[in-house]
Amino acid sequence: MSKTSRTLITMPKTARKGALIEISVIAQHDMETGFRRTETGELIPRDIIRTFTCTYNNIEVFRADLHPGQAANPQMTFTVVASESGEFQFKWVGDNNYISTNQSFLIVN
Amino acid sequence: MQLITYPYRSLGFVMSLIIFLSLNLCNQSYAQRQSGYELMSPENQRMQNDLNLNPAYFWILDGQDIWNSKNNPKEQSCASCHQDPKSSMRGVATKFPLERAGKLINLEQQINYCQSERLSSKPFTFESKALLAITTFVAAQSRGLPITTHQHSSFLNNAFRNGEMLFNQRMGQLNLSCAQCHEQRAGLILGGTKIPQAHPTAYPIYRLEWQNVGSLQRRLRNCMTGVRAEPFGYGSIELVQLELFLMHRANGMRWETPGVRP
Repeated sequence: MSKTSRTLITMPKTARKGALIEISVIAQHDMETGFRRTETGELIPRDIIRTFTCTYNNIEVFRADLHPGQAANPQMTFTVVASESGEFQFKWVGDNNYISTNQSFLIVN
Repeated sequence: MQLITYPYRSLGFVMSLIIFLSLNLCNQSYAQRQSGYELMSPENQRMQNDLNLNPAYFWILDGQDIWNSKNNPKEQSCASCHQDPKSSMRGVATKFPLERAGKLINLEQQINYCQSERLSSKPFTFESKALLAITTFVAAQSRGLPITTHQHSSFLNNAFRNGEMLFNQRMGQLNLSCAQCHEQRAGLILGGTKIPQAHPTAYPIYRLEWQNVGSLQRRLRNCMTGVRAEPFGYGSIELVQLELFLMHRANGMRWETPGVRP
């Protein structure tokens, strides 16, 4: 797996104060479980995304620790209460120095 | 005693007759054709519909990079000739397989023809990430359109007949034909899931079982392995003839690429 890859964020651009918004994220990653073997019997080493974090104006609002059971190209959907306008930072960290980041801006009125 | 048992005997006979008849009459009529999409859970259907959730979208983005790449001896890209793919590639995937220079080819082979003849590059390996990316990108431009393959030539007609023969021919250790499952028993349960009618409406697909995007030929080869037959090779004439037959059988159905399948 390469050091970084594409990610997609789906979330509204604007929201009313106090409203619940749904955020969907997906990252491009083949995810090698570490349990598979090659045709000659050698173990293929684990290569997965380990953690995903989402911060809202620098406050962590969502965190996920991933394990080999997680599917490839992991997709997650979570909700956040829109309290103030601000920036969302998304970060995926994985094996072999994999890091992907993305950001999105939310206007709260 | 006779009065009590007689109704049960005739009911059993009638039931088995109904089941026997319905098994033989399970051939799809034109109006009853159904994409594998209809058999999926609502969550998977949503994943296919929304490109922001569909993992195959990453392959489309990779394919777009290949479309615009000039990294070849001619220093040209697909865009150099075909310009905006939204218009030039719209309605293309729904026409394949076609005849080119006396050979029956599918979309992947057409892309490789452009690679070698127009861009003087090595053709993509079948089922490689690059070929899947550019094929998904091109095929996705036809999303929503009806399949429009035709056999308005004796060449295509012969190829169609060969594909039809392959579809109906028993294969492998299990000695099963495609038709026995996908025509006669479509809708019945096999291994816990409903047998689909096997229309090629969504290829290349992101298959959750593969955790990857794959072509129609990969799926056909998997089926052949499933009946314990030696699968036809990638790019073999048999597989392209089968593709032509399947596309014609699905003529008029909506193109769903990029599909998600379980």
